[in-house]
Amino acid sequence: MKQPSPRGDISALVLAVISGTAESQQEPLARLDRLVESAVAATADILHDDDLQLALFCQYELHYSGIDEAGDDWEWNPDLLRVRHRIEAALEARVRDEVVLGSLPEATSEAVCQELFRMTGEDSGPSMSRFVAKSATEEQLREFLVHKSIYQLKEADPHTWVIPRLAGRSKAAMVEIQADEYGNGLPARMHSALFARTMRSLGMDDTYGAYLDAAPAITLAVNNLMSLFGLNRRLRGAVVGHLAAYEMTSSQPNRLYSRGFKRHGYGEDATEYFDEHVEADAVHEQIAGRDMAGGLVESDPRLLQDVLFGAAAGLAVDTLMTVHIMEAWESGRSSLRPSESMAS
Amino acid sequence: MGVGTLVAASLGIDGLVSDESPSDGADPAPMRSLNSGEGAPASVVACPNGPLLIRGDFELVGPDGEELPRTRRTVALCRCGASVLKPYCDGSHKLIGFRSEP
Repeated sequence: MKQPSPRGDISALVLAVISGTAESQQEPLARLDRLVESAVAATADILHDDDLQLALFCQYELHYSGIDEAGDDWEWNPDLLRVRHRIEAALEARVRDEVVLGSLPEATSEAVCQELFRMTGEDSGPSMSRFVAKSATEEQLREFLVHKSIYQLKEADPHTWVIPRLAGRSKAAMVEIQADEYGNGLPARMHSALFARTMRSLGMDDTYGAYLDAAPAITLAVNNLMSLFGLNRRLRGAVVGHLAAYEMTSSQPNRLYSRGFKRHGYGEDATEYFDEHVEADAVHEQIAGRDMAGGLVESDPRLLQDVLFGAAAGLAVDTLMTVHIMEAWESGRSSLRPSESMAS
Repeated sequence: MGVGTLVAASLGIDGLVSDESPSDGADPAPMRSLNSGEGAPASVVACPNGPLLIRGDFELVGPDGEELPRTRRTVALCRCGASVLKPYCDGSHKLIGFRSEP
């Protein structure tokens, strides 16, 4: 991924540090650690803190595609990991504050599945999909794709980290879902590739990270939450719950998104990504709820709360992103970062 | 190896018939990859308040015996009647409050 523009002292320092060698960066790393320690204590809301979210996003990116000019050794550099832990601990604490779990169901597959369907069926605020279907302008469709592109161009990757940490029924279910996400052996059918095709059909750049500078903090937070869950084995229940919630809130919204692009005259090149998800996720949500999440809880009932937390956390942070976007659109503003023009 | 053949009428679940048929080498070629699993018998999960989830080796055909378009090994078949992708499920059962349990 190309280097994004910094959004403050901390993200600037992270980007500068990883452009150098570990030996040359001891003093800047120490400074970074002190800066982050005070910033996580002082931030008004880490979920909307551009500097901290971008800093964390860049550190996670070292585990995915890497960052141009950054040496691969930084991925496991202990001093940089210490900094990352400070930010992700603050993020996790903030999200745990945001999420309220109801009474826990029985630790059986069917009860977990039912509870996840109940949670994902609740009205969680404004509906972006209905707005996109009926009212979004062409410019708003592009903005919508910018927000989604941060995840969808690497769709499925954050959850895939958990596969070796699962076993049996839960693992088989996760792999069954992810194999579909990755195109069942056909690169052009990968969901990330279908999404790239949608972007191209609107004349947008489908390079991973091309619009990172335009994505507000909350959009980065949506992505950072998935990486936090995916990269920490202790949160394996949460990442499984998170994926289940995503699958369970996908079919109907994607049908509406597709309608929005058709309304503006776009054809199959643009809509296939959404149409594919209507059918795929009607399958995935059943496998995810019953076999993947329910199967995990049955094999280890101690993970019940984590699974539900992961689902609730994903829904809560996604709702905050939707609120951000819809508030901007309803008041006639762009939902993207102000300095960015939407070149097409 | 027995491969289950599912016949789904285009109108949906009312026309769904499950039938075991011997099929040594009888699979039509185009969907061969989807019909050539590890010999796992087809299993049908009646998902509570949801679709029928079908895994394993099976063929999905229309009333004329022709294979229906299918892009995935495991499919969910509509049983609430509201899907616009019949015979496949599109999640509509949640919107109409479909109940399979009394």
